[in-house]
Amino acid sequence: MGFLGKGLFKGVSFRFTSLTACLFLIFFASTLILPISHNASLSLKPAFATESPAPAGEHAAPVLSKAEGKPEEGKKEGEGKFTYQPAPKIKVEDYPIVKGFNSRIAVWIVAQLHLFFGAFVLAVPIFVLVIEGVGLATKDERYDHMAHEFIKVSMTAFSITASLGGLLSLMLVSFYPDFFKYMAGIFGKTMIIYALLFFGESFCLYVYYYGWDRMNEGFSKWLHLTMGLMLNVFGMTLMVLSNTWVSFMMAPSGIDDAGVFTGDIWAAIRGPLWNPINLHRFIANIAFGGSIVGAYAAFKFLSAKTDEEKAHYDWMGYTANFIAIFGFLPLPFAGYWLMKEVYGYSQQMGITAMGGAFAWLFIIQAVLIGSLFLGANYYLWCGMGRIKGSERYTPAIKYLIVVIVGCFLVWFTPHTLIMTSKEVTQVGGTHHPVLGFLGVMSAKNTAVNILIVSTFLSFMLYRRSNKIATASWTSTGNALQVALFAGGAINIVTLGVYGYFIPANIRIGLSIPQVMTTLTIIIVSSVLDGFMYKGAKSTGPIEWGKMGQRSQYALFLLAVSFTWLMGLMGYVRSALRQHWHVYTVFRDNSLDAYTPTLGYAAGIITIAVYIFIALVIFAFWIANFSAKKHAEASH
Amino acid sequence: MMKKLIQAVILILVFYLILKLGIPALGSFLHHGTWPVVPTNLMRIYVFFIVAGVLLYLTFNEESAKELGKPIKEVYGNPEKGGLRMIVIAVIALFGGYITYQNVKPSFEAPVELRSIHPAPPSSVEMWGKPYNLLKLTNPFREDKANFEKNAREGGIVFFKNCFYCHGDKLDGKGHYNSGFSPMPANFVDVGTIAQLQESFLFWRIGTGGPGLPKEGAPWRSAMPIWQHFLSEEEIWKVILFLYDYTGHSPRTFG
Repeated sequence: MGFLGKGLFKGVSFRFTSLTACLFLIFFASTLILPISHNASLSLKPAFATESPAPAGEHAAPVLSKAEGKPEEGKKEGEGKFTYQPAPKIKVEDYPIVKGFNSRIAVWIVAQLHLFFGAFVLAVPIFVLVIEGVGLATKDERYDHMAHEFIKVSMTAFSITASLGGLLSLMLVSFYPDFFKYMAGIFGKTMIIYALLFFGESFCLYVYYYGWDRMNEGFSKWLHLTMGLMLNVFGMTLMVLSNTWVSFMMAPSGIDDAGVFTGDIWAAIRGPLWNPINLHRFIANIAFGGSIVGAYAAFKFLSAKTDEEKAHYDWMGYTANFIAIFGFLPLPFAGYWLMKEVYGYSQQMGITAMGGAFAWLFIIQAVLIGSLFLGANYYLWCGMGRIKGSERYTPAIKYLIVVIVGCFLVWFTPHTLIMTSKEVTQVGGTHHPVLGFLGVMSAKNTAVNILIVSTFLSFMLYRRSNKIATASWTSTGNALQVALFAGGAINIVTLGVYGYFIPANIRIGLSIPQVMTTLTIIIVSSVLDGFMYKGAKSTGPIEWGKMGQRSQYALFLLAVSFTWLMGLMGYVRSALRQHWHVYTVFRDNSLDAYTPTLGYAAGIITIAVYIFIALVIFAFWIANFSAKKHAEASH
Repeated sequence: MMKKLIQAVILILVFYLILKLGIPALGSFLHHGTWPVVPTNLMRIYVFFIVAGVLLYLTFNEESAKELGKPIKEVYGNPEKGGLRMIVIAVIALFGGYITYQNVKPSFEAPVELRSIHPAPPSSVEMWGKPYNLLKLTNPFREDKANFEKNAREGGIVFFKNCFYCHGDKLDGKGHYNSGFSPMPANFVDVGTIAQLQESFLFWRIGTGGPGLPKEGAPWRSAMPIWQHFLSEEEIWKVILFLYDYTGHSPRTFG
C-alpha cells in the first residue's frame, strides 16, 4: 500500500484517481452489460429506430414501416412512428468520386492496416497480463520487465490503430455514404458504444502502462493487474462488437428479404458467422501479436551490443515464439469451424472460397502456414544449441523434418492441378489418381494434425533438453509417451483414410475426433512430463544469447508470414460477398463492383503488408528511442 | 570440406526422385497402363520445400551450418580461388540461362489454364424459362422414400440413354468418347466429385451444361451439352438420384 502516500501520478492524489477510475469503470461496465442483458433488446429497439420516416430517395425501395404493422414493443403512446430503411438500390452515380482516390483501394488498404494494428494492440495486452501474472506468482522480476517492454512496443501501435480507425470511418462516409447510412441505421448505437468503449480501453491502457513502475507492490500490483484485465475486457468487447458489422455484411440476420431491419438488434448481431469470426480472430490475434513482438525481439537481438542485451532479447524472442505457436496451434481448427459455417450459410460462398475463384489463395495460405510451421520448429531446433544436454535429442530432429515437410507437401497439394495438355494426357484426365487423394479434406486434416503433433514434440524435446528426469517411473513414463504419440498418430491417419470411404458430410465430422486426438496427446503428455520432470536434475542452465543469428530470421519470417496471411485470408473472407455490400441484400453498384484477379488482389495486400511493416519498424524505433533515453537517465 | 554440401545435394536428389518416380509408379500400380506424372508446376513447389527442408536440417546446428557454408565461403572469399570462382559463377549463370530458355522458348503446346473443376454456382439460375433459387433448391424425389427405387431406376434409364457415352457405364468417366475430350468427363465414383456437392449444384451443372459454367470453370473447354434443351426438370432430378444411388455417395449437406 506504499503507493497510497506517494500518489499515483505527481500532483494527483490516489484517492481521487481511484474514485474516478472506479466511476469510469462502473459507467463503462454498465454500457457493456446493457446490450447483452435479456431485456436489453426490448429497451434498445426504439433507440435503434430512425425517429422519422426515412427519406427513400429516388433510387431507394419504398420505405417499410414496422410501426404500420404491429406496434413496436416498448414504444410509448405519443412517440413518433419508428421506421427502418430497406437496403437502398443505388446506382453508380450515387457513389461520390473524390479526385485522386480510388475508393476501393483506399478503403481496402486503410481497413487492412487498421486490422493489422488492431489485432496487434488487442493481442499484446492478453499475453502481457499473463506474463505479468506469471512474474507475480514466481516473484521473478524478469517476467515483469519483459511484460512492460511488450506493452511499450504496443503503445505507438495503439495510437496508429486509433488514427487508422478514424481515417477508415471518414473514408467510408466519404466514399460509401449510402452503405454507411444503411449500416448506421441498424448498428448505430453499437457504433456509439464502440467509440465509448474505446475511451475505456485508452483509459485502462494509459493507467496500465504509465502506472507500471508505481503500481508494482502489494495491493497496488493487484490493482495494476485488474487494470490489465479491464484493458482486455474493453479490448475484447470492442473486437466482438465490430465483428458484428463484418459478419452482418457477410451473412445478414435480423432483417427481412428487402433488407429492412426487424428491430431486434440481438438478431442482427448474432448472425451465423459472428462467433466463428470472434473465435478465429481472438486466437489469430494472439499468434499474430506474438509473432510481431518476436520480430521486435529479433531486431533488438541482432542490434544488441552487449551479452546481457543479447541474453535478454534471446529470452524475449523465445517467449514471443512460444506465444505465437501457442496461438497458432489451435488456429486451423477455428478456421475449419468458420469455413464450415460459411458453407452452411451458403454453398455458393463456400465453393467460391475453397473450390472456386479464391481456391488458389487457399493454396498460398497453405504454403504460408507450412512456412510458419517450418520457421517455428527451426527456431526451436536452433535454440537447442544453447542448451547443454540437448545432444540427446538432436538425432530425432531429422525424422521430425521428414514428417513436417512431408505433411506440408500434402497440406498444400491442390485439388485442382495446373497441368499442360500433355500432362493431362499422361495423367489420363484432370484428376490425378494419386495426388487427387491429397486434395480433399481427409488428407488435409490428417496432415495438419500430424504437423501440430510434430511441432508439439519439437517443443517437448526443447523443454527436456537440459533436464534429466529423476522420478522412479521415468522409463514407464517415457514408454507411455511413446505409446501415446504413436497411438495418436495411427488414430489420426486411420481416421483420415476412413474418411475416403464415407460421405463428405460425415467425413467433415471426422475432423473432431482427429482434433481431440491431437489435444489428448498434447494435454496428457504435458501432464506426464510435468510429473516426470518434477525435481529433475539439470544438465546446466540455458545459455541465453548464445543463439545463431540465422535463427532470428525465422522470427522475422513468422511475423511477415502471419501478416501476409492475415491480409490474404481477410481479403478472401471479405471478397466472398462479391458484388454485394451486404450479401444478397444491399448490392454494390460502384465502378469497382467486380472481383479483381488474384494477382491484383495479392499485389494490393502486399502493398498493405509493406506499409504495415514500415510502420511497425517505426514503432520499434520509437520504443528503442525511449528505452535509450530511459537508460541514459538511469545512468 | 565438401561433406555437408555433397550431403545436401544427395538428399535433395533422393527426395526429388522419390516424388518424380514414386508417385507415377504408385499411380501406375493403381491404374495399369498409365504413368501419371507430377505436374511440373506442382513439382517446382515440392522441390522448393524439399530444398528448404534439407537446408533447415543442415543448418539448425551451428557446426553443421558452418561446414555447409565453408566451401561457399572458400570459393567466394578466397583470393587464390579466382579461377574456380569464375567457373562456379559461369555454371550458375548458364544454368539460369538454360532454365529461362526452357520457359520462354516457343512451343505449340496450349498454355496452362487455371481451371476450376467445381466453380461456385450462382445463387439463382433460370431454366425452362423460370427462376430457381439454388441456395434453397432440393431434390423433390429425395424424400419420396416409397418410390425411391422406381425413381432412381428411371434416372438410370435417362443416364444410359444420354450420359453414359461420356461418363461410362460404371460412372467412372470412362465412356466411349472419353479419350476425345479435354478435360475428360467427370468421374462420379471419385470422392472428389459429386460426393462433395449438393444436389442443387448438380441440377445447375446438368441443366446449363458447359456453356453455363462461370469464367473460372473455362466454359469454352467443356463439351457438356445444355441438358435443359433435351431433358425435363423431372428427368434431371431423377438422374441425380441415380448418380448418388449407383455410386453409393450421399449428397453433400452442411450444418
